[in-house]
Amino acid sequence: MIISVASGKGGTGKTLVATSLALSLAYEQKPVQLLDCDVEEPNAHIFFKAQPVSERTVSLPVPKVNYEKCQYCGKCAEVCQFNAIALMKRTLVIFPDVCHSCGGCWHLCPTGALEPAAREVGTVSVSQTADLRLVSGRLKLGTHISPPVVKAVRETAERDYITIIDGPPGSSCPVMAAVTDTDYCLLVTEPTPFGLNDLALAVDMLRVLKIPCGVVINRDMPGNQIIDRFCAENGINILLRIPFQTEIARAYAKGIPLVDSDKIWRDKFYNLYHQISGEVSQ
Amino acid sequence: MKELTIISGKGGTGKTSILGSFATLSGNSVICDCDVDAANLHLLLHPDIKEKKPFYGGKRAEISPELCSQCGTCEELCRFAAIKDSVVNKYACEGCGLCYQVCPSGAVQLIDHLSGYCYLSETQWGPMVHAKLGIAEGNSGLLVNLVRKKAREIAKERNIPLIISDGPPGIGCPVISSLAGTDMALIVTEPTHSGIHDMERVIRVASGFGCLTAVCINKYDLDEENCRRIEDAANKLGVPVIGRIPYDPVMHQSVINGVPATLLEPGEAQRSIRQVWDQVTVLLGVC
Ligand code: SF4
Ligand code: SF4
Ligand code: SF4
Ligand code: SF4
Repeated sequence: MIISVASGKGGTGKTLVATSLALSLAYEQKPVQLLDCDVEEPNAHIFFKAQPVSERTVSLPVPKVNYEKCQYCGKCAEVCQFNAIALMKRTLVIFPDVCHSCGGCWHLCPTGALEPAAREVGTVSVSQTADLRLVSGRLKLGTHISPPVVKAVRETAERDYITIIDGPPGSSCPVMAAVTDTDYCLLVTEPTPFGLNDLALAVDMLRVLKIPCGVVINRDMPGNQIIDRFCAENGINILLRIPFQTEIARAYAKGIPLVDSDKIWRDKFYNLYHQISGEVSQ
Repeated sequence: MKELTIISGKGGTGKTSILGSFATLSGNSVICDCDVDAANLHLLLHPDIKEKKPFYGGKRAEISPELCSQCGTCEELCRFAAIKDSVVNKYACEGCGLCYQVCPSGAVQLIDHLSGYCYLSETQWGPMVHAKLGIAEGNSGLLVNLVRKKAREIAKERNIPLIISDGPPGIGCPVISSLAGTDMALIVTEPTHSGIHDMERVIRVASGFGCLTAVCINKYDLDEENCRRIEDAANKLGVPVIGRIPYDPVMHQSVINGVPATLLEPGEAQRSIRQVWDQVTVLLGVC
Protein backbone atom coordinates (compact mmCIF):
# COMPACT_ATOMS: atom_id res chain seq x y z
CA MET A 1 0.00 0.00 0.00
CA ILE A 2 1.34 3.41 -0.98
CA ILE A 3 -0.28 6.47 0.56
CA SER A 4 0.79 9.91 -0.60
CA VAL A 5 0.21 13.05 1.41
CA ALA A 6 -0.28 16.25 -0.54
CA SER A 7 -1.77 19.65 0.14
CA GLY A 8 -1.88 21.92 -2.86
CA LYS A 9 0.27 24.26 -0.82
CA GLY A 10 3.01 24.19 1.80
CA GLY A 11 2.57 24.92 5.47
CA THR A 12 -0.78 23.24 5.90
CA GLY A 13 0.60 20.41 8.01
CA LYS A 14 1.48 17.83 5.39
CA THR A 15 4.69 16.79 7.13
CA LEU A 16 2.88 16.72 10.47
CA VAL A 17 0.36 14.26 9.05
CA ALA A 18 2.87 12.14 7.11
CA THR A 19 5.25 11.71 10.06
CA SER A 20 2.47 10.92 12.51
CA LEU A 21 0.78 8.45 10.18
CA ALA A 22 4.07 6.64 9.60
CA LEU A 23 4.90 6.55 13.32
CA SER A 24 1.45 5.34 14.36
CA LEU A 25 2.00 2.32 12.08
CA ALA A 26 5.56 1.81 13.29
CA TYR A 27 4.39 1.76 16.92
CA GLU A 28 2.05 -1.07 15.96
CA GLN A 29 5.07 -3.00 14.63
CA LYS A 30 4.06 -2.63 11.01
CA PRO A 31 6.84 -2.53 8.43
CA VAL A 32 6.64 1.09 7.32
CA GLN A 33 8.75 3.54 5.38
CA LEU A 34 8.41 7.26 4.96
CA LEU A 35 9.54 8.79 1.68
CA ASP A 36 10.28 12.48 1.90
CA CYS A 37 9.58 13.64 -1.65
CA ASP A 38 9.57 17.33 -0.78
CA VAL A 39 13.01 17.43 -2.35
CA GLU A 40 13.30 21.21 -2.43
CA GLU A 41 12.85 21.42 1.33
CA PRO A 42 13.03 17.95 2.86
CA ASN A 43 12.02 18.28 6.50
CA ALA A 44 10.74 14.91 7.67
CA HIS A 45 14.14 13.89 9.08
CA ILE A 46 13.90 16.70 11.63
CA PHE A 47 11.28 14.66 13.46
CA PHE A 48 13.39 11.55 13.86
CA LYS A 49 16.72 10.52 15.26
CA ALA A 50 17.62 8.37 12.30
CA GLN A 51 20.92 6.60 11.64
CA PRO A 52 22.21 7.04 8.08
CA VAL A 53 22.29 3.82 6.08
CA SER A 54 23.24 4.89 2.59
CA GLU A 55 23.35 7.83 0.23
CA ARG A 56 23.59 8.08 -3.53
CA THR A 57 23.62 10.87 -6.04
CA VAL A 58 20.97 11.39 -8.70
CA SER A 59 22.30 12.41 -12.09
CA LEU A 60 20.83 13.44 -15.39
CA PRO A 61 22.58 13.32 -18.74
CA VAL A 62 23.50 16.65 -20.32
CA PRO A 63 25.41 17.06 -23.57
CA LYS A 64 29.18 17.46 -23.69
CA VAL A 65 30.97 18.61 -26.85
CA ASN A 66 33.96 17.00 -28.42
CA TYR A 67 35.40 20.04 -30.20
CA GLU A 68 37.54 17.90 -32.47
CA LYS A 69 34.47 16.41 -34.09
CA CYS A 70 32.16 19.45 -34.06
CA GLN A 71 31.56 21.07 -37.47
CA TYR A 72 29.64 24.04 -36.01
CA CYS A 73 26.68 23.20 -38.19
CA GLY A 74 24.24 24.45 -35.54
CA LYS A 75 21.89 21.49 -35.78
CA CYS A 76 21.96 20.87 -32.03
CA ALA A 77 21.08 24.47 -31.17
CA GLU A 78 18.30 24.38 -33.73
CA VAL A 79 16.64 21.21 -32.40
CA CYS A 80 16.89 22.10 -28.70
CA GLN A 81 13.43 23.33 -27.73
CA PHE A 82 14.68 24.74 -24.44
CA ASN A 83 17.46 27.01 -25.72
CA ALA A 84 20.00 25.02 -23.77
CA ILE A 85 22.54 25.19 -26.59
CA ALA A 86 23.74 28.28 -28.44
CA LEU A 87 26.21 28.48 -31.29
CA MET A 88 28.21 31.68 -31.12
CA LYS A 89 30.65 32.04 -34.00
CA ARG A 90 32.86 29.01 -33.51
CA THR A 91 31.98 28.17 -29.94
CA LEU A 92 29.20 25.95 -28.72
CA VAL A 93 27.77 27.08 -25.39
CA ILE A 94 25.73 24.64 -23.31
CA PHE A 95 23.48 25.77 -20.45
CA PRO A 96 23.02 22.66 -18.29
CA ASP A 97 20.56 24.49 -15.99
CA VAL A 98 17.86 24.64 -18.63
CA CYS A 99 18.61 21.31 -20.31
CA HIS A 100 15.78 18.78 -19.99
CA SER A 101 18.00 15.84 -20.85
CA CYS A 102 15.80 14.88 -23.76
CA GLY A 103 18.73 13.58 -25.78
CA GLY A 104 17.66 15.35 -28.97
CA CYS A 105 21.01 17.06 -29.53
CA TRP A 106 23.27 14.08 -29.13
CA HIS A 107 20.95 11.89 -31.08
CA LEU A 108 20.74 14.27 -34.01
CA CYS A 109 24.29 15.66 -34.18
CA PRO A 110 25.50 14.59 -37.64
CA THR A 111 29.14 14.15 -36.59
CA GLY A 112 28.67 12.44 -33.25
CA ALA A 113 30.36 15.36 -31.51
CA LEU A 114 27.95 15.37 -28.59
CA GLU A 115 27.89 12.83 -25.84
CA PRO A 116 25.72 12.61 -22.74
CA ALA A 117 27.65 13.32 -19.53
CA ALA A 118 26.22 12.88 -16.05
CA ARG A 119 25.29 16.00 -14.12
CA GLU A 120 24.45 15.71 -10.46
CA VAL A 121 21.00 17.09 -9.61
CA GLY A 122 20.47 15.79 -6.10
CA THR A 123 20.90 13.01 -3.58
CA VAL A 124 18.77 10.27 -2.09
CA SER A 125 19.60 9.11 1.40
CA VAL A 126 18.24 6.18 3.36
CA SER A 127 18.23 6.18 7.14
CA GLN A 128 16.72 4.03 9.83
CA THR A 129 15.21 4.81 13.21
CA ALA A 130 14.26 2.26 15.83
CA ASP A 131 10.82 2.13 14.24
CA LEU A 132 10.90 3.03 10.60
CA ARG A 133 12.81 3.41 7.38
CA LEU A 134 13.21 6.93 6.05
CA VAL A 135 14.15 7.82 2.48
CA SER A 136 14.83 11.49 1.75
CA GLY A 137 15.57 13.23 -1.50
CA ARG A 138 17.41 16.49 -1.69
CA LEU A 139 17.61 18.70 -4.75
CA LYS A 140 21.07 20.11 -5.26
CA LEU A 141 21.17 23.83 -4.59
CA GLY A 142 21.24 25.73 -7.85
CA THR A 143 19.36 23.07 -9.80
CA HIS A 144 15.67 23.38 -10.30
CA ILE A 145 14.42 20.31 -12.09
CA SER A 146 13.08 18.29 -9.18
CA PRO A 147 10.90 15.50 -10.67
CA PRO A 148 13.89 13.22 -11.42
CA VAL A 149 14.95 13.43 -7.75
CA VAL A 150 11.39 12.65 -6.65
CA LYS A 151 11.37 9.64 -8.97
CA ALA A 152 14.72 8.47 -7.59
CA VAL A 153 13.32 8.58 -4.04
CA ARG A 154 10.36 6.47 -5.09
CA GLU A 155 12.64 3.95 -6.77
CA THR A 156 14.53 3.56 -3.49
CA ALA A 157 11.39 2.33 -1.70
CA GLU A 158 11.29 -1.25 -0.43
CA ARG A 159 8.47 -3.21 -1.99
CA ASP A 160 6.94 -5.03 0.94
CA TYR A 161 6.57 -2.04 3.22
CA ILE A 162 3.63 0.20 3.84
CA THR A 163 4.80 3.39 2.17
CA ILE A 164 3.90 6.92 3.22
CA ILE A 165 4.97 9.68 0.85
CA ASP A 166 5.40 13.24 2.08
CA GLY A 167 4.88 15.14 -1.16
CA PRO A 168 6.06 18.57 -2.26
CA PRO A 169 3.69 21.54 -2.04
CA GLY A 170 1.76 22.82 -5.05
CA SER A 171 0.00 20.94 -7.82
CA SER A 172 2.54 21.03 -10.64
CA CYS A 173 5.15 18.64 -11.98
CA PRO A 174 7.05 17.64 -8.79
CA VAL A 175 3.75 16.80 -7.04
CA MET A 176 2.63 14.75 -10.01
CA ALA A 177 5.84 12.74 -9.74
CA ALA A 178 5.20 12.17 -6.02
CA VAL A 179 1.55 11.07 -6.20
CA THR A 180 1.40 9.22 -9.54
CA ASP A 181 0.81 5.49 -9.07
CA THR A 182 0.00 5.73 -5.38
CA ASP A 183 -3.02 3.86 -4.03
CA TYR A 184 -4.47 6.79 -2.14
CA CYS A 185 -3.76 10.44 -1.59
CA LEU A 186 -4.44 12.22 1.69
CA LEU A 187 -5.02 15.92 1.18
CA VAL A 188 -4.15 18.09 4.14
CA THR A 189 -5.89 21.44 4.24
CA GLU A 190 -7.00 24.14 6.63
CA PRO A 191 -10.46 25.69 6.90
CA THR A 192 -9.68 29.03 5.27
CA PRO A 193 -10.32 30.41 1.78
CA PHE A 194 -6.59 29.85 1.12
CA GLY A 195 -6.91 26.22 2.16
CA LEU A 196 -10.02 25.70 0.05
CA ASN A 197 -8.47 27.29 -3.03
CA ASP A 198 -5.42 25.00 -2.83
CA LEU A 199 -7.51 21.94 -1.99
CA ALA A 200 -9.67 22.46 -5.08
CA LEU A 201 -6.55 22.60 -7.27
CA ALA A 202 -5.18 19.42 -5.73
CA VAL A 203 -8.50 17.59 -6.16
CA ASP A 204 -8.55 18.56 -9.85
CA MET A 205 -5.06 17.17 -10.25
CA LEU A 206 -5.97 13.87 -8.57
CA ARG A 207 -9.02 13.51 -10.83
CA VAL A 208 -6.76 13.77 -13.85
CA LEU A 209 -4.49 11.10 -12.37
CA LYS A 210 -7.47 8.98 -11.21
CA ILE A 211 -6.20 8.60 -7.65
CA PRO A 212 -8.74 8.26 -4.81
CA CYS A 213 -8.40 10.85 -2.07
CA GLY A 214 -9.59 11.89 1.36
CA VAL A 215 -9.13 15.01 3.43
CA VAL A 216 -7.47 15.84 6.75
CA ILE A 217 -8.47 19.23 8.14
CA ASN A 218 -5.66 20.83 10.10
CA ARG A 219 -6.12 23.84 12.40
CA ASP A 220 -9.81 23.03 12.52
CA MET A 221 -12.16 25.37 14.35
CA PRO A 222 -15.68 24.53 15.42
CA GLY A 223 -18.33 26.26 13.38
CA ASN A 224 -16.17 26.68 10.31
CA GLN A 225 -17.80 24.74 7.47
CA ILE A 226 -15.92 25.95 4.45
CA ILE A 227 -14.07 22.65 3.78
CA ASP A 228 -17.01 20.46 4.88
CA ARG A 229 -19.20 22.07 2.26
CA PHE A 230 -16.67 21.58 -0.51
CA CYS A 231 -16.11 17.93 0.45
CA ALA A 232 -19.83 17.22 0.62
CA GLU A 233 -20.38 18.74 -2.82
CA ASN A 234 -17.53 16.75 -4.31
CA GLY A 235 -18.13 13.44 -2.57
CA ILE A 236 -14.83 13.46 -0.68
CA ASN A 237 -14.53 11.98 2.80
CA ILE A 238 -13.08 13.96 5.68
CA LEU A 239 -11.05 11.39 7.59
CA LEU A 240 -9.47 13.37 10.40
CA ARG A 241 -9.63 16.77 12.07
CA ILE A 242 -6.74 18.30 13.97
CA PRO A 243 -7.88 21.26 16.06
CA PHE A 244 -6.40 24.77 16.02
CA GLN A 245 -4.37 24.66 19.23
CA THR A 246 -1.30 26.63 20.21
CA GLU A 247 0.11 23.55 22.04
CA ILE A 248 0.12 21.57 18.78
CA ALA A 249 1.86 24.43 16.94
CA ARG A 250 4.45 24.68 19.74
CA ALA A 251 5.24 20.97 19.78
CA TYR A 252 5.56 21.00 16.00
CA ALA A 253 7.91 24.00 16.19
CA LYS A 254 10.12 21.96 18.53
CA GLY A 255 10.20 19.07 16.07
CA ILE A 256 8.03 16.70 18.13
CA PRO A 257 5.68 14.52 16.04
CA LEU A 258 2.02 14.89 16.97
CA VAL A 259 1.70 11.21 17.96
CA ASP A 260 4.52 11.73 20.46
CA SER A 261 3.31 14.97 21.97
CA ASP A 262 -0.05 13.48 22.92
CA LYS A 263 -0.70 9.74 22.84
CA ILE A 264 -4.38 9.99 21.88
CA TRP A 265 -3.15 10.82 18.39
CA ARG A 266 -1.57 7.38 18.00
CA ASP A 267 -4.98 5.73 17.90
CA LYS A 268 -6.43 8.43 15.72
CA PHE A 269 -3.73 8.06 13.10
CA TYR A 270 -3.77 4.28 13.27
CA ASN A 271 -7.50 4.46 12.72
CA LEU A 272 -6.90 6.84 9.82
CA TYR A 273 -4.77 4.15 8.21
CA HIS A 274 -7.59 1.63 8.60
CA GLN A 275 -10.10 3.98 7.06
CA ILE A 276 -7.80 4.42 4.08
CA SER A 277 -7.22 0.68 3.64
CA GLY A 278 -10.98 0.24 3.82
CA GLU A 279 -11.55 2.77 1.03
CA VAL A 280 -8.77 1.36 -1.13
CA SER A 281 -9.88 -2.27 -0.90
CA GLN A 282 -13.47 -1.40 -1.86
CA MET B 1 11.33 51.82 -10.02
CA LYS B 2 12.13 49.30 -7.28
CA GLU B 3 11.05 45.70 -6.83
CA LEU B 4 10.47 43.84 -3.60
CA THR B 5 9.96 40.06 -3.65
CA ILE B 6 8.74 38.15 -0.61
CA ILE B 7 9.89 34.55 -0.40
CA SER B 8 9.88 31.92 2.31
CA GLY B 9 11.62 28.74 1.31
CA LYS B 10 8.38 27.01 2.32
CA GLY B 11 4.70 27.70 2.10
CA GLY B 12 2.53 28.57 5.04
CA THR B 13 4.87 30.97 6.79
CA GLY B 14 2.46 33.85 6.30
CA LYS B 15 4.16 35.41 3.30
CA THR B 16 0.94 36.13 1.42
CA SER B 17 -0.76 37.66 4.49
CA ILE B 18 2.18 39.97 5.05
CA LEU B 19 2.28 40.97 1.42
CA GLY B 20 -1.46 41.67 1.43
CA SER B 21 -0.91 44.03 4.36
CA PHE B 22 2.02 45.68 2.61
CA ALA B 23 -0.22 46.38 -0.38
CA THR B 24 -2.62 48.36 1.81
CA LEU B 25 0.22 50.20 3.56
CA SER B 26 1.84 51.17 0.30
CA GLY B 27 -1.31 52.16 -1.55
CA ASN B 28 0.77 52.96 -4.61
CA SER B 29 2.52 49.91 -5.94
CA VAL B 30 2.05 47.31 -8.60
CA ILE B 31 1.04 44.11 -6.83
CA CYS B 32 2.29 40.93 -8.34
CA ASP B 33 1.49 37.31 -7.48
CA CYS B 34 4.34 35.11 -8.67
CA ASP B 35 2.97 32.00 -6.98
CA VAL B 36 1.46 30.88 -10.25
CA ASP B 37 0.99 27.25 -9.15
CA ALA B 38 -1.35 28.13 -6.31
CA ALA B 39 -2.03 31.84 -6.35
CA ASN B 40 -3.71 33.05 -3.17
CA LEU B 41 -3.19 36.78 -2.96
CA HIS B 42 -6.44 37.41 -4.83
CA LEU B 43 -8.31 35.94 -1.86
CA LEU B 44 -7.14 38.88 0.26
CA LEU B 45 -7.11 41.71 -2.27
CA HIS B 46 -10.13 40.76 -4.41
CA PRO B 47 -8.85 42.09 -7.72
CA ASP B 48 -11.23 43.12 -10.45
CA ILE B 49 -10.02 41.35 -13.59
CA LYS B 50 -9.61 43.66 -16.59
CA GLU B 51 -7.63 41.53 -18.97
CA LYS B 52 -7.05 37.79 -19.38
CA LYS B 53 -4.28 36.56 -21.66
CA PRO B 54 -3.59 32.93 -22.59
CA PHE B 55 -0.12 31.65 -21.79
CA TYR B 56 1.52 29.17 -24.12
CA GLY B 57 4.28 27.61 -22.09
CA GLY B 58 5.67 25.21 -24.61
CA LYS B 59 4.80 22.64 -27.21
CA ARG B 60 3.33 19.17 -27.16
CA ALA B 61 3.73 16.43 -29.72
CA GLU B 62 0.73 15.06 -31.57
CA ILE B 63 0.76 12.07 -33.89
CA SER B 64 -1.55 11.83 -36.90
CA PRO B 65 -2.71 8.22 -37.04
CA GLU B 66 -3.28 8.42 -40.84
CA LEU B 67 0.38 9.19 -41.45
CA CYS B 68 1.94 7.01 -38.77
CA SER B 69 3.38 3.69 -39.92
CA GLN B 70 3.69 2.36 -36.37
CA CYS B 71 7.44 1.96 -36.77
CA GLY B 72 8.00 2.61 -33.06
CA THR B 73 11.04 4.87 -33.46
CA CYS B 74 9.50 7.73 -31.50
CA GLU B 75 8.40 5.52 -28.64
CA GLU B 76 11.86 4.04 -28.35
CA LEU B 77 13.65 7.41 -28.30
CA CYS B 78 11.34 9.49 -26.12
CA ARG B 79 13.21 9.83 -22.84
CA PHE B 80 10.04 10.79 -20.96
CA ALA B 81 8.12 7.64 -21.85
CA ALA B 82 5.40 9.89 -23.21
CA ILE B 83 4.52 7.77 -26.25
CA LYS B 84 2.76 4.47 -26.11
CA ASP B 85 1.45 2.67 -29.19
CA SER B 86 1.83 5.85 -31.25
CA VAL B 87 -0.27 7.94 -28.90
CA VAL B 88 1.22 10.87 -26.99
CA ASN B 89 0.40 11.27 -23.30
CA LYS B 90 0.16 15.05 -23.05
CA TYR B 91 0.87 15.04 -19.32
CA ALA B 92 4.18 13.27 -19.76
CA CYS B 93 5.31 15.00 -22.97
CA GLU B 94 7.87 17.74 -22.42
CA GLY B 95 7.69 19.04 -25.95
CA CYS B 96 11.33 18.34 -26.68
CA GLY B 97 10.56 17.62 -30.32
CA LEU B 98 12.80 14.59 -30.71
CA CYS B 99 9.92 12.47 -32.00
CA TYR B 100 9.10 15.18 -34.52
CA GLN B 101 12.72 15.20 -35.74
CA VAL B 102 13.09 11.45 -36.10
CA CYS B 103 9.73 10.35 -37.44
CA PRO B 104 10.35 8.90 -40.91
CA SER B 105 6.78 9.51 -42.06
CA GLY B 106 6.32 13.10 -40.92
CA ALA B 107 3.46 11.98 -38.70
CA VAL B 108 4.37 14.13 -35.70
CA GLN B 109 3.38 17.73 -35.23
CA LEU B 110 4.47 20.08 -32.44
CA ILE B 111 1.52 22.10 -31.25
CA ASP B 112 1.55 25.22 -29.06
CA HIS B 113 0.22 24.20 -25.73
CA LEU B 114 -2.08 26.36 -23.61
CA SER B 115 -0.57 26.14 -20.11
CA GLY B 116 -2.47 28.82 -18.24
CA TYR B 117 -3.59 32.42 -18.10
CA CYS B 118 -2.11 35.74 -17.04
CA TYR B 119 -4.42 38.40 -15.59
CA LEU B 120 -4.20 42.14 -15.30
CA SER B 121 -6.51 43.47 -12.60
CA GLU B 122 -7.29 46.48 -10.48
CA THR B 123 -7.46 46.50 -6.70
CA GLN B 124 -8.27 49.25 -4.25
CA TRP B 125 -4.55 49.64 -3.65
CA GLY B 126 -3.19 49.58 -7.17
CA PRO B 127 -2.95 47.41 -10.27
CA MET B 128 -2.32 43.70 -9.79
CA VAL B 129 -0.80 41.11 -12.11
CA HIS B 130 -1.45 37.45 -11.40
CA ALA B 131 -1.74 34.16 -13.20
CA LYS B 132 -3.13 30.69 -13.12
CA LEU B 133 -1.24 27.69 -14.33
CA GLY B 134 -3.32 24.82 -15.68
CA ILE B 135 -3.55 21.46 -13.91
CA ALA B 136 -0.36 19.48 -13.89
CA GLU B 137 1.51 22.03 -15.99
CA GLY B 138 5.22 22.61 -15.83
CA ASN B 139 6.92 25.77 -17.02
CA SER B 140 5.89 27.87 -14.06
CA GLY B 141 9.21 29.73 -14.32
CA LEU B 142 8.24 31.07 -17.75
CA LEU B 143 4.85 32.19 -16.51
CA VAL B 144 6.49 33.99 -13.58
CA ASN B 145 8.72 35.80 -16.08
CA LEU B 146 5.65 36.88 -18.01
CA VAL B 147 3.87 38.12 -14.87
CA ARG B 148 6.88 40.15 -13.77
CA LYS B 149 7.41 41.61 -17.22
CA LYS B 150 3.81 42.76 -17.32
CA ALA B 151 4.14 44.28 -13.83
CA ARG B 152 7.20 46.27 -14.94
CA GLU B 153 5.39 47.55 -18.02
CA ILE B 154 2.51 48.81 -15.90
CA ALA B 155 4.82 50.39 -13.34
CA LYS B 156 6.52 52.28 -16.17
CA GLU B 157 3.32 53.31 -17.91
CA ARG B 158 1.69 54.62 -14.76
CA ASN B 159 4.85 55.90 -13.14
CA ILE B 160 4.47 53.73 -10.04
CA PRO B 161 7.72 53.59 -8.02
CA LEU B 162 7.39 50.11 -6.48
CA ILE B 163 6.47 46.55 -7.43
CA ILE B 164 5.75 44.11 -4.60
CA SER B 165 5.72 40.44 -5.51
CA ASP B 166 4.54 37.40 -3.64
CA GLY B 167 7.05 34.70 -4.50
CA PRO B 168 6.36 31.00 -4.82
CA PRO B 169 7.44 28.54 -2.12
CA GLY B 170 10.56 26.42 -2.44
CA ILE B 171 13.84 27.01 -4.20
CA GLY B 172 12.95 25.66 -7.64
CA CYS B 173 12.54 27.26 -11.05
CA PRO B 174 9.65 29.65 -10.25
CA VAL B 175 11.59 31.05 -7.28
CA ILE B 176 14.64 31.65 -9.42
CA SER B 177 12.42 33.46 -11.93
CA SER B 178 10.86 35.63 -9.24
CA LEU B 179 14.23 36.70 -7.82
CA ALA B 180 16.07 37.51 -11.04
CA GLY B 181 16.51 41.28 -11.24
CA THR B 182 14.62 42.11 -8.05
CA ASP B 183 16.02 44.82 -5.76
CA MET B 184 15.17 43.18 -2.49
CA ALA B 185 14.24 39.74 -1.20
CA LEU B 186 12.34 39.68 2.08
CA ILE B 187 12.42 36.21 3.58
CA VAL B 188 9.52 35.34 5.87
CA THR B 189 10.32 32.51 8.23
CA GLU B 190 8.85 30.98 11.38
CA PRO B 191 10.57 29.65 14.50
CA THR B 192 10.23 25.95 13.78
CA HIS B 193 13.05 23.47 13.27
CA SER B 194 12.30 23.34 9.59
CA GLY B 195 11.97 27.13 9.47
CA ILE B 196 15.67 27.56 10.27
CA HIS B 197 16.63 25.03 7.65
CA ASP B 198 14.43 26.51 4.96
CA MET B 199 15.65 30.01 5.69
CA GLU B 200 19.31 29.06 5.37
CA ARG B 201 18.68 27.39 2.04
CA VAL B 202 16.68 30.25 0.62
CA ILE B 203 19.23 32.84 1.81
CA ARG B 204 21.85 30.96 -0.17
CA VAL B 205 19.61 31.01 -3.24
CA ALA B 206 18.89 34.74 -2.85
CA SER B 207 22.57 35.57 -2.35
CA GLY B 208 23.19 34.32 -5.88
CA PHE B 209 21.18 37.27 -7.17
CA GLY B 210 23.07 40.02 -5.37
CA CYS B 211 19.87 41.74 -4.21
CA LEU B 212 19.29 43.25 -0.76
CA THR B 213 18.18 40.45 1.53
CA ALA B 214 16.44 40.67 4.91
CA VAL B 215 14.57 38.30 7.19
CA CYS B 216 11.29 38.71 9.02
CA ILE B 217 10.24 36.17 11.67
CA ASN B 218 6.53 35.47 11.75
CA LYS B 219 4.90 33.92 14.86
CA TYR B 220 8.18 34.67 16.64
CA ASP B 221 6.80 33.99 20.12
CA LEU B 222 5.84 30.42 19.25
CA ASP B 223 9.29 29.25 20.29
CA GLU B 224 11.76 31.79 21.66
CA GLU B 225 14.70 29.41 21.49
CA ASN B 226 14.20 28.66 17.78
CA CYS B 227 13.72 32.37 17.26
CA ARG B 228 17.19 33.04 18.67
CA ARG B 229 18.61 30.29 16.50
CA ILE B 230 17.08 31.91 13.43
CA GLU B 231 18.60 35.24 14.39
CA ASP B 232 22.02 33.66 14.91
CA ALA B 233 21.82 31.77 11.63
CA ALA B 234 20.78 34.91 9.74
CA ASN B 235 23.55 36.93 11.40
CA LYS B 236 26.12 34.35 10.46
CA LEU B 237 25.03 34.60 6.86
CA GLY B 238 25.22 38.40 7.07
CA VAL B 239 21.48 38.96 6.61
CA PRO B 240 19.65 41.36 8.96
CA VAL B 241 16.47 40.37 10.80
CA ILE B 242 14.24 43.39 10.31
CA GLY B 243 11.09 42.28 12.02
CA ARG B 244 9.30 39.98 14.43
CA ILE B 245 5.58 39.46 14.14
CA PRO B 246 3.79 37.75 17.06
CA TYR B 247 1.57 34.68 16.84
CA ASP B 248 -1.78 36.38 16.80
CA PRO B 249 -5.22 34.96 15.96
CA VAL B 250 -5.89 38.15 14.03
CA MET B 251 -3.65 36.79 11.24
CA HIS B 252 -5.83 33.70 11.03
CA GLN B 253 -8.97 35.88 11.08
CA SER B 254 -7.56 37.90 8.22
CA VAL B 255 -7.17 34.77 6.11
CA ILE B 256 -10.56 33.34 7.09
CA ASN B 257 -12.34 36.57 6.26
CA GLY B 258 -10.27 37.37 3.20
CA VAL B 259 -9.26 40.81 4.46
CA PRO B 260 -5.67 42.08 4.88
CA ALA B 261 -4.74 42.16 8.60
CA THR B 262 -4.04 45.89 8.44
CA LEU B 263 -7.74 46.51 7.84
CA LEU B 264 -8.81 44.60 10.95
CA GLU B 265 -8.85 45.99 14.47
CA PRO B 266 -5.28 47.17 15.10
CA GLY B 267 -3.09 45.29 17.57
CA GLU B 268 0.43 44.05 18.15
CA ALA B 269 0.61 42.04 14.93
CA GLN B 270 -0.39 44.97 12.75
CA ARG B 271 2.03 47.29 14.53
CA SER B 272 4.90 44.93 13.83
CA ILE B 273 3.90 44.50 10.19
CA ARG B 274 3.98 48.27 9.81
CA GLN B 275 7.45 48.36 11.39
CA VAL B 276 8.71 45.79 8.90
CA TRP B 277 7.16 47.78 6.07
CA ASP B 278 8.87 50.98 7.26
CA GLN B 279 12.22 49.20 7.35
CA VAL B 280 11.68 47.80 3.88
CA THR B 281 10.91 51.20 2.40
CA VAL B 282 14.01 52.68 4.06
CA LEU B 283 16.23 49.87 2.76
CA LEU B 284 14.79 50.23 -0.72
CA GLY B 285 14.89 54.02 -0.60
CA VAL B 286 11.26 54.45 -1.65
CA CYS B 287 9.81 56.24 1.38
S1 SF4 C 1 25.10 19.36 -34.14
FE1 SF4 C 1 27.06 18.44 -33.66
S2 SF4 C 1 28.40 19.18 -35.23
FE2 SF4 C 1 26.61 20.47 -35.32
S3 SF4 C 1 27.14 22.20 -34.00
FE3 SF4 C 1 26.11 20.72 -32.72
S4 SF4 C 1 27.75 19.51 -31.84
FE4 SF4 C 1 28.60 20.59 -33.57
S1 SF4 D 1 19.50 17.13 -24.20
FE1 SF4 D 1 17.68 18.12 -25.07
S2 SF4 D 1 17.33 19.84 -23.71
FE2 SF4 D 1 19.39 19.16 -23.32
S3 SF4 D 1 20.62 20.42 -24.63
FE3 SF4 D 1 20.19 18.54 -25.76
S4 SF4 D 1 18.40 19.04 -26.95
FE4 SF4 D 1 18.54 20.61 -25.40
S1 SF4 E 1 8.08 15.83 -27.87
FE1 SF4 E 1 9.71 14.80 -26.71
S2 SF4 E 1 8.70 14.32 -24.78
FE2 SF4 E 1 7.08 14.76 -26.21
S3 SF4 E 1 6.53 12.79 -27.02
FE3 SF4 E 1 8.03 13.66 -28.43
S4 SF4 E 1 9.98 12.85 -27.74
FE4 SF4 E 1 8.53 12.52 -26.08
S1 SF4 F 1 8.19 7.59 -35.51
FE1 SF4 F 1 6.49 8.41 -36.71
S2 SF4 F 1 5.80 6.70 -37.93
FE2 SF4 F 1 7.09 5.84 -36.33
S3 SF4 F 1 5.64 5.30 -34.70
FE3 SF4 F 1 6.35 7.35 -34.28
S4 SF4 F 1 4.86 8.70 -35.23
FE4 SF4 F 1 4.55 6.68 -36.09
